[in-house]
Amino acid sequence: MRKLALIISLLLIAIWGLAQNIEDILDEQLAEKPKTEFATATFKSVQLINSHTTKLPDKGDLVFLIAHRFGPISAGFSDLWGLDLATIRLGFEYGLTQTTSLGFGRSTYKSNYDLFAKQLLLRQSTGERNMPITLGIIGSANISSDKWPDDGRNYLFAHRMSYSLQFIASRKFNRSISLMLMPTYIHRNLVKTTADQNDILAIGAGGRFKVSNRVALTAEYHYLLPGQTAADFKNPLSVGVDIETGGHVFQLFFTNVSAIYDAAYISETTASWLKGNVRFGFNISRTF
Amino acid sequence: MLLLALFSASTFGQKYFTRNGYIRFFSATPMENIEAVNNQASCILDIETGEVVSKVLLQAFQFEKALMQEHFNENYVESDKFPQAVLKGKIINLDKIEINKQGSKQVQINADLTIHGVTKSLEIPATILNNNGEITATAIFTVKPPDFEIKIPKAVANNIAKEIEVTVKFNLEPVKK
Repeated sequence: MRKLALIISLLLIAIWGLAQNIEDILDEQLAEKPKTEFATATFKSVQLINSHTTKLPDKGDLVFLIAHRFGPISAGFSDLWGLDLATIRLGFEYGLTQTTSLGFGRSTYKSNYDLFAKQLLLRQSTGERNMPITLGIIGSANISSDKWPDDGRNYLFAHRMSYSLQFIASRKFNRSISLMLMPTYIHRNLVKTTADQNDILAIGAGGRFKVSNRVALTAEYHYLLPGQTAADFKNPLSVGVDIETGGHVFQLFFTNVSAIYDAAYISETTASWLKGNVRFGFNISRTF
Repeated sequence: MLLLALFSASTFGQKYFTRNGYIRFFSATPMENIEAVNNQASCILDIETGEVVSKVLLQAFQFEKALMQEHFNENYVESDKFPQAVLKGKIINLDKIEINKQGSKQVQINADLTIHGVTKSLEIPATILNNNGEITATAIFTVKPPDFEIKIPKAVANNIAKEIEVTVKFNLEPVKK
């Protein structure tokens, strides 16, 4: 009796197997072990405009980033609407692992050298592992190599240093829209007056909207939390366009910042959009 | 009786399966060679009916350069819109071939291949090797990007071959119920 039951059940299984669509069986098998799919190409470049993104150079890749911020358009004809004046940063970022990168840059602004490390803590994914956001942390140390003013004070090497620490939470909502939030902490060892803040907090937001496979609109803004810095300086705001051609990403934008490293552009922007002190700028990134 | 039942269950619509199939595509031009490998292709083969279905996540193709991989996904196959390539086919000369039996056989597969939301019929010559019940299916064929409405910009037209060579190797195991 038990044998008969077994035979019938085995036959049933066999018949069921026959009746079932072969594609359904494949899907069933695949559903047993779902794969984790990571969100890719959330941003085109390692920088959105001024801000770092959660995109890292691939492991072993070196990204060379050339950044220009011209003078204010309000400078008019005599300075060709700012094109005669420029601050630049030349930077490198190297993908140490899939989730860690190290970078280095030299800016005109304050003759600054910046060193930074970017680490992804979470990666947006679906499937076996569901994660709604990518979370990264980026720390930088900056050394200004400007000559000290001849004012009789005793300046130390430590006075050249400033630091920034930033979390970047990004999410690719769909093929077109990616957004990120960037709370930032900045520390400067030396500030101009006793009223100035050594420690500054800001919250930034940025995003991109793809208009085609190779072109995207971008924008970013940082809000300085109330304090002396917020009272004396302007919140950085930038809007632009990303154009990708093969191995290069061209980023063209309008911005009110002239410094090109986190600790300075977030806390030391003086130009105002409202007064028309907007600048044209561009980044070109090339992956090696 | 039990043996008979087991026998009937095992031969009746016997299906073989893999989730770790190997697919490589290769584009050769005088400018550069581009190669991508995927070790996560899935495939199911019914050796009774000759039906075969294979699905592969395009995102899982690994390129030598990460940037190539990004362009492949973002600009060419648009894997966020069309995540999978799907092949559904049937071995047409099955009646002459007994896959159950040991040895290597040449088969012809009439298949519908869907990439980038476009389906194209192909005839694929393949080899099926049965080695003590372990089935290995291999095939080499070519696909043309325009057939799947994959647009290649003029700037890189010389870097991407008109015909892309696809190599498939699947080690199939019996489907466990």
